[in-house]
Amino acid sequence: MSVGEFKPLVVAFCCNWCSYAGADLAGTSRLQYPAEVKIIKVPCSCRVNPLFVLRAFQKGADGVIICGCHPGDCHYSTGNYYTRRRITLLYSMLDYLGIEKGRTHLEWVSAAEGVKFATVMNKFVEQVYELGENRRLEDWRCKS
Amino acid sequence: MKRIGVFVCHCGTNIAATVDVVKVVEAAKLEPGVVHAAEYPYLCSEAGQNMIIKAVDEFGLTGVVVSACSPRMHETTFRKAAAKAGLNPFMVEISNIREQCSWIHKDSKDGTEKSIILTRAAIAKVHLNEPLHPGESKVTKRALVIGGGIAGIQTALDIAEAGFPVDIVESTPSIGGKMAQLDKTFPTLDCSACILTPKMVDAAAHENITLHTYSEIEKVEGFVGDFTITIRKKARYVDMKNCTGCGLCYEKCPVKKAPSEFEQGLIKRTAIYTPFAQAVPNVPVIDKTQCIKLKTGKCGLCEKVCTPKAIVFDQQDELITEKYGAVIIATGYDQISLEKFGEYSYNSPDVITGLEFERLTNAAGPTGGDLIRLSDKKKPRSVTFIQCIGSRDTSKRGKPYCSKICCMYTAKHAMLIRDKYPQIEVNVFYIDVRTPGKNFDEFYRRSAEEYGVNYIKGQVGKIIDQGEFLTLQSVDMLGGKRMDLQTDLVVLATAIEPVKSVRIIASMLTASIDTNNFMTEAHPKLKPVESPTAGVFLSGVCQGPKDIPETVAQAGATAAKVIGLLVKDKLMTNPCTAESNEKFCNGCSACTKVCPYGAIAYDDGIVHVNKALCQGCGACAVTCPSGAMDLQGFSNRQLMAEVDAICR
Amino acid sequence: MTNMSRDVLHTLSSTSIEKCMSCGRCSASCPVADEMNIMPHQFVALLKRREVEKLMESNTLWKCLSCFACIERCPRGVEPAKIVEASRLAVIRQQGESHISADEIPKYLESESDLPQQLLVSAFRKYRG
Repeated sequence: MSVGEFKPLVVAFCCNWCSYAGADLAGTSRLQYPAEVKIIKVPCSCRVNPLFVLRAFQKGADGVIICGCHPGDCHYSTGNYYTRRRITLLYSMLDYLGIEKGRTHLEWVSAAEGVKFATVMNKFVEQVYELGENRRLEDWRCKS
Repeated sequence: MKRIGVFVCHCGTNIAATVDVVKVVEAAKLEPGVVHAAEYPYLCSEAGQNMIIKAVDEFGLTGVVVSACSPRMHETTFRKAAAKAGLNPFMVEISNIREQCSWIHKDSKDGTEKSIILTRAAIAKVHLNEPLHPGESKVTKRALVIGGGIAGIQTALDIAEAGFPVDIVESTPSIGGKMAQLDKTFPTLDCSACILTPKMVDAAAHENITLHTYSEIEKVEGFVGDFTITIRKKARYVDMKNCTGCGLCYEKCPVKKAPSEFEQGLIKRTAIYTPFAQAVPNVPVIDKTQCIKLKTGKCGLCEKVCTPKAIVFDQQDELITEKYGAVIIATGYDQISLEKFGEYSYNSPDVITGLEFERLTNAAGPTGGDLIRLSDKKKPRSVTFIQCIGSRDTSKRGKPYCSKICCMYTAKHAMLIRDKYPQIEVNVFYIDVRTPGKNFDEFYRRSAEEYGVNYIKGQVGKIIDQGEFLTLQSVDMLGGKRMDLQTDLVVLATAIEPVKSVRIIASMLTASIDTNNFMTEAHPKLKPVESPTAGVFLSGVCQGPKDIPETVAQAGATAAKVIGLLVKDKLMTNPCTAESNEKFCNGCSACTKVCPYGAIAYDDGIVHVNKALCQGCGACAVTCPSGAMDLQGFSNRQLMAEVDAICR
Repeated sequence: MTNMSRDVLHTLSSTSIEKCMSCGRCSASCPVADEMNIMPHQFVALLKRREVEKLMESNTLWKCLSCFACIERCPRGVEPAKIVEASRLAVIRQQGESHISADEIPKYLESESDLPQQLLVSAFRKYRG
């Protein structure tokens, strides 16, 4: 595969209360962000098991972004604090596994921040483009 | 294997213009388990829903995927339709191909491809969906209103009238809010106090309303229908039961240096004070930062003159804990600080804000309604109003939004001056005059046509205080000329912003707030008085700038929604709760520590989830090292299946 | 006289006139607006209407002190002074359109006219040999 054809696959986990609503607002406001981003809705960013991130990389994702409410604004009071700690630990693990830090990202986007959602996605996808294809964790046994 | 039906919505052209819905249907048909796939112009319509209901029966569907708009929009609609067809409502999954595809991708190929993938993910998830059954939770039939301005008072009165007890928490010593400070109200020029005071008295006298003035919210626990809230009643140092409101105490108080908050700092008040004559409750408070007795132990004059012995110097803050079914945020606004606008010389006594002008022209105000310059106490020969100070300002200095009330109150102020003192010349510098509203534009035109107010399309760049008068470096854009206008008094139509404390209150209630600190509504058009957090409602300026008629209308709407909640005896709870598989649980109890609701009990080396308390965040499921804990509706396998489907 | 388009001025000024809401605070803040035949807010308005030639002929270009009061006070971040500056550049960059020659400079330096420093700097910048 040549570099020109590379089209990254980005999985975005968005919490139901803030970021998913922020994505909706980006939609209603017709703010463009790359189609490479595919959103999975979770009740809270703390529902995102680091295993889901690893699974995505294993299955060929080139970037994974997790979006939650701003610290202090979590619908469940403290969920995003757990997320922050877990993802910080995950960063070290991914680093150990040789996955570039730029491929995983944690961002706070509120329900009112449609513009921020689009900006964050644009920036992240651009970053993943620069990093190129992710092969490190890809499980070839999964390929048909 | 489930029998899955996939339904793709055109949403008129909203989806179909960008996404090739037929291709999405064709692709869905190839997915395992999909026995039926179809498209329809408007699935949310009755005919569209009937199509789904019929298909469930015809094809014996056990799972439904709807590729349409955001689940935040119509998930409930389609779940209800599925229930009508005899399916468990939680066997429906939505793939959001409008907000996440057609509306944001211009390229049809990209949009269609992504729609197919998102639909595939929903199909993969629905394969693992299990029927879920919502539980029930009780509703405490009591409401809490935070903020005792006109918004809070009206909401409380309406709820109380419907027969439900309401508590009002107000941070200042009296209810009344900003409206109590106003002189006249547009567009009818009736006196603000005359229409507000009866409402304040009604609220205090109502058998269903409890006032907590000089109080703040300390702690919030619980959720819709069952909030437990702690209120801090700040020490007043005056016994509310014994005080007769005679006012001898503040007459005798020797401290007379504290700026009066109610009078916008235009005059000083005593250390023991009631903010204004019609205060409700009419019980003074002692400002502990000013009181000599509380600071040094000497004085105590008020205590000596108080015959009913109501002064209690050793009073402490009191904490009250109460249960509520609903919470209404009605915290209102403040004018922004003009610190960053040095060019307007706000430090000059003859440059004042709109709210200060209200006090200056108010018969109950510091000058008895006599309009004078505060520097030399002389009557101004001319008064100039400047609009949009800090409003519509995208620089870091101001606020990007229109404060909405200024055009009308400026027309009102201008009219009041010209009516009382026809010899005073009145100028208004404006960018746009915005007066939509019933009888609003007529009101503004009257100020110009009948009262001879001089409207100048233009702005002021700088105000120079020259002692005798002020020079305004300004421009008249229609006349195309630069002016150095001399005037005696300037009124700045200062931008309004939500009170600072709303951020803390919103955090405690986990209600969301926008970049300008306005409370976010659940839907900007269809749910304008509800916060996205169930059981939390919005009333007044905390949600966005609005005038008194709008605030009262919204307060009524909010009350109606609250009453709608409080009349219910039981609420259906979210069935997407955590569940522990006893066979896998190793009894480490890590999950109990991360649960924000204390919903997980540890008993005999094994954990149990209390479904009534669990709100379904999923923190426990991720914490569990043995994979015993899982979240129904968002299970590990379901989310993994979505990841797999997207990455395929 | 010129083939300068609005887009060229856009590029040169790197500011966006679309943000202008016509409040007039730039002209109100301008210390020399009195002397200009096109005031700062009109300058922005004419640029919106693509009447670039009028701007390039106006004395505004040579009256503007580049004090940046208009930029400082603009509530929308339009930066009128940058547009004036861009127009100035657009004029002086044209071949054979010099407004001052090197020989003239000493004359101004010696005069007792208390010319502001900024003006002298501008004069050198405008020098085209």
